[in-house]
Amino acid sequence: MSTKRGRIRISGFETERIEEHESTDVHGDEYTEPEGILHRIVSRLLRDRLALASIVIVVLMAVAALVARPWTVFGVTVQPLSLAPFDPTESAVAGPHEMPSAAHLMGTDRLGRDIFSRVMIGGRYSISIGLVVTVIASVVGVLYGSAAGYFGGRVDTVLMRVLDLVFAFPGLVLALVLVALFGGGFWPLVGAFVVVGWASYARIIRGEILKVKQNEYVMAAKALGARDRSVVLRHIIPNAIAPVVVQATLSVGTVVIGVAALGFLGLGFDPGTPEWGTMLDGERDTLATGAGGTWYWWATVFPGLMIFLFVMAMNVIGDAINDALDTQVDDVGRGGGG
Amino acid sequence: MSMQRYIARRIVTSVPVLIGVSMVTFGLMHAAPGDVVSQLVASNPNVSAAEAVRLREEFGLNDPIWVQYIDWMRGVLTGDFGEVYSSGRDAGAVIWARLPETLVLGAFGWIFAIAIAIPSGIYAAVNKDQLGDDVSRFVALSGISVPNFWLGLMLMAVFAVQFDLFPTLDPQTGLFSRQMLWWLILPGVTIGTAAAANVMRIMRTSMAEELNKEYVTAARAKGLPERTIILKHVLRNSMISVTTVAAFLTAGLVSGSVVVENVFSWPGLGQELVAAIQLREMNLIMGITLLTGVVIVLANLLADIVYAVLDPRIRDEY
Repeated sequence: MSTKRGRIRISGFETERIEEHESTDVHGDEYTEPEGILHRIVSRLLRDRLALASIVIVVLMAVAALVARPWTVFGVTVQPLSLAPFDPTESAVAGPHEMPSAAHLMGTDRLGRDIFSRVMIGGRYSISIGLVVTVIASVVGVLYGSAAGYFGGRVDTVLMRVLDLVFAFPGLVLALVLVALFGGGFWPLVGAFVVVGWASYARIIRGEILKVKQNEYVMAAKALGARDRSVVLRHIIPNAIAPVVVQATLSVGTVVIGVAALGFLGLGFDPGTPEWGTMLDGERDTLATGAGGTWYWWATVFPGLMIFLFVMAMNVIGDAINDALDTQVDDVGRGGGG
Repeated sequence: MSMQRYIARRIVTSVPVLIGVSMVTFGLMHAAPGDVVSQLVASNPNVSAAEAVRLREEFGLNDPIWVQYIDWMRGVLTGDFGEVYSSGRDAGAVIWARLPETLVLGAFGWIFAIAIAIPSGIYAAVNKDQLGDDVSRFVALSGISVPNFWLGLMLMAVFAVQFDLFPTLDPQTGLFSRQMLWWLILPGVTIGTAAAANVMRIMRTSMAEELNKEYVTAARAKGLPERTIILKHVLRNSMISVTTVAAFLTAGLVSGSVVVENVFSWPGLGQELVAAIQLREMNLIMGITLLTGVVIVLANLLADIVYAVLDPRIRDEY
């Protein structure tokens, strides 16, 4: 202890000096700076062919959703391209339930709408909700969990009891009830899935912080009179963030499945919306047209396949990041969403 | 700490969570816009304004919220969940009639998950980083990624409609008859797939870890057959990590039941919940939501107790 005290005195009181000091000496090998994390993730993803393919899939699907039809925010056209071959919401661009052909790559649905165009724009709902929810839920969860872990004691006890309550409800049931009570649409869905999702981040970061807190550099920063807020934001969170990154990547898929599941149950979107789950809901009764009869397979296969492809790709990426950071986040929160 | 004391303490700590769950459930329903009476008025224009006022008084909607909560809880504790307004039936009776259906479906899902996951997890861990391991990992990841409603639709379209192997209609026989198995298989497989994939991944990781431990080397040096080492020693220790996530997986199955029951017209609580939501039957929604919360709290309690039985170190930490 005495040697440490000496070193702190030498490094002085300026924040820059303290940080510089920490990044070289005290951290050791166990902890990595954010740049290090990023570097490791990128190099791991580039080495892994499956992960690379998954990134391509995710990017392609996101771009397809974006350019399918123009995108307007508050009356301003942000994206003018309109690359989907047909209007996704226009009925009778061809006969109902036409087989996939050169003109209609994925065939048409019961109202003669072009499934390819609908599937293309369908990502706008699930993917964007997945991303927005993940960002909001992780920020809320990290701040909440950090407060619990850092202050400890009674604050921690109270904050953790609240978490227990969130975990006591199965995710999809809670989201379902929230959407049913407070209505559907983009932001209500985001709200419902944030309420369900933030708790896992809080629990993960709290656990990490309890570990990180024991480190001498935290004690040092406190001894030097750093305020609580800056100790948490500048020293503790950056060192505890790796598992949160993994959880965030994995949870995008969970939210996408959850949103589609609500759409499938007829909640959250208007019936004609070209959202993947809602599309499946609209065609599910065409499955049982009779034994050996005509099954308009394209109408149910493609929308579901899109959800599956996107979620699978996100999970492969998440697994690769998990390997790169070696965090061992247990992936149990997943799968339950849908 | 002795086992009894640990269990007693764990049960006591569950009580506040249960109370909290009931408060959240009740609070959510009452934060939602529109109450029962305004629903009635909207669906039936014959209800006069004076009658609406009288009904509000009769349902106790003018009381302070905590009085309403205590009234509701008093009912729930004696098994009275209130009335289903559209049919005039007792919400509790509906819930108790549907509960066994969901429990049987969930149990089948669990059995399927364990039956698939344990052997494939062992296989993957023993052949770690070989082709078989890669393939089974890919399959497991697909199992986690596939939306269960789509999986259900596809299984139904292929095996029930096209090949006519399974019935497509709603279950027509008693829940505990042998024919029921035919109705159970497709929804059971659908609901159990995600859990199977999760358990398999956990088994693989924890077994691979266990296989590197010294007691395995010692057992090998002692000349024990590899089969005995894996099935008697390693498997038992790996099962501990499965119990730690069993409660999470149960929550996943409960979520899954809502969707899967809808795909297969399975007459359980999940289907009832969605129907209740469409009709805005508050008493039913509250009852079912409360019940799912209670199930999860109990599953957590049970998992912790099993965990403590399997791993005595936990009791001391508590």
